[in-house]
Amino acid sequence: MSAVMITRKVRKWEKLPGKNTFCCDGRVMMARQKGVFYLTLFLIIGTCSLFFAFECPYLSLHLSPAIPVFAAVLFLFVMAMLLRTSFSDPGVLPRALPEEATFIEMEIEAANGNVPAGQRPPPRIRNVQINNQIVKLKYCYTCKIFRPPRASHCSICDNCVDRFDHHCPWVGNCVGKRNYRYFYLFTLSLSLLTIYIFTFDIVHVVMRSVDKGFLNTLKETPGTVLEVLVCFFTLWSVVGLTGFHTYLISLNQTTNEDIKGSWSGKNRIQNPYSHNNIIKNCCEVLCGPAYPSVLDRRGLMQEDPLVSATCAAPASSSSNPVPQTTKTTAPLIPNEHTPDEAKPGIAASAEKTPSPKEEQPPDTKIPPLATPETDAETSIAKDKTH
Amino acid sequence: MAETHSLQDLQQPAVSSKVFIQRDYSSGTICKFQTKFPSDLESRLDKQQFEETIQTLNNLYAEAEKLGGKSYLEGCLACLTAYTIFLCMETHYEKVLKKIARYIKDQNEKIYAPRGLLLTDPVERGLRVVEITIFEDRSIGSGR
Repeated sequence: MSAVMITRKVRKWEKLPGKNTFCCDGRVMMARQKGVFYLTLFLIIGTCSLFFAFECPYLSLHLSPAIPVFAAVLFLFVMAMLLRTSFSDPGVLPRALPEEATFIEMEIEAANGNVPAGQRPPPRIRNVQINNQIVKLKYCYTCKIFRPPRASHCSICDNCVDRFDHHCPWVGNCVGKRNYRYFYLFTLSLSLLTIYIFTFDIVHVVMRSVDKGFLNTLKETPGTVLEVLVCFFTLWSVVGLTGFHTYLISLNQTTNEDIKGSWSGKNRIQNPYSHNNIIKNCCEVLCGPAYPSVLDRRGLMQEDPLVSATCAAPASSSSNPVPQTTKTTAPLIPNEHTPDEAKPGIAASAEKTPSPKEEQPPDTKIPPLATPETDAETSIAKDKTH
Repeated sequence: MAETHSLQDLQQPAVSSKVFIQRDYSSGTICKFQTKFPSDLESRLDKQQFEETIQTLNNLYAEAEKLGGKSYLEGCLACLTAYTIFLCMETHYEKVLKKIARYIKDQNEKIYAPRGLLLTDPVERGLRVVEITIFEDRSIGSGR
């Protein structure tokens, strides 16, 4: 066995469960599928480049130099908002550590009492009263937590997200509590930019056609045709989306709640989070405090015996309290049972996508965790879909 | 192996159990923790001290999430700079979180550590729970 000590510092983002990709050493957080996001970037940058190349020289001469300046400012704002939405943590809730998961399990078992054999245990729901309305908190089997109100589990990113709105492939990320206002400002500013470019394209074509004729104009500035096409189709979708989100913000609702019809209908409860005042709702969503990320992506991982087995030093030298579910005997001599990461000499092992470390070998202390199959509510929901 | 384990035990008291104080959602989605005194702590801590700690934490979180003139001003100013200002400046919430971290450290030193308890900052648990670790009582257990 080699005596090489691998002391590369591991940051917490490398060990986070969920299907996110991280860049810039944990500073950037996105979903796994980024293809559509690249398309968005291409369309915006491409269209604006064409506008600056073909329209702006003519318009700044014949109308005003303020036109390209304002377009540039708007373009930079759109890009800033897009990148902010795409790269930031949407409000991911970290999964429960084993002790917390066990504690919750025991509370649930105590609340359920004795379930006769053969019968499914009751669904895992907690009722809380918010603003004189009863809101049901659902249990997340993946994250092993009772989801806070308005949180939802995104199956694409495999994370619970606080104030989950929707997963947007165009920005390549979930939209949640932390980045909703950036998403809204992105759609709003993109609508303005699209309208701006479309308007000035038309103005430019009209002005030039007066001088040189319509066909000649199109020959001289072929980019205009492309821009008009892109802007025309973008207008309908983006402006519509902005309108829809403005409506949601004025009512303090999320897309997720709107789709599920959580607060609509006669028998349903009214939205307990709305201030019943459009201005106050808008202020809360758009100008409220900027919530910090609770993920601590760039924090350094505390070494635990399994990871430090890559070092030749014995595990007991680490001064951190050993979590109870970790193996207390660190395998120093690799054998057929040693997990791949623990084998010394594989320097790249820490850089590979790690298998979720949280799925530790089952400990006898943790009671058999219920799965969606054994839960009455989810199985009823499954039956309904068939 | 057994030798190193007993050395470790002497350096660190063993964890007896953990208590998790859950969130209180009665006022909405703001960060607030339940002040109900858990039965596991009855032998170690005064109910009043516990409630005071949790209440102070709740007040600090309320201060962080307060919707008022100051937060609106910060939000509008940040929007005008396309939120680039947050690259150099700390948000109000982050400042209060630092205050909370200092408070928890202070409480641990003064009240909880002498009683064999440890408060974990809720931000390390995703603002979901206040984790209180109960260590084995060394003074009683040394004879075992």
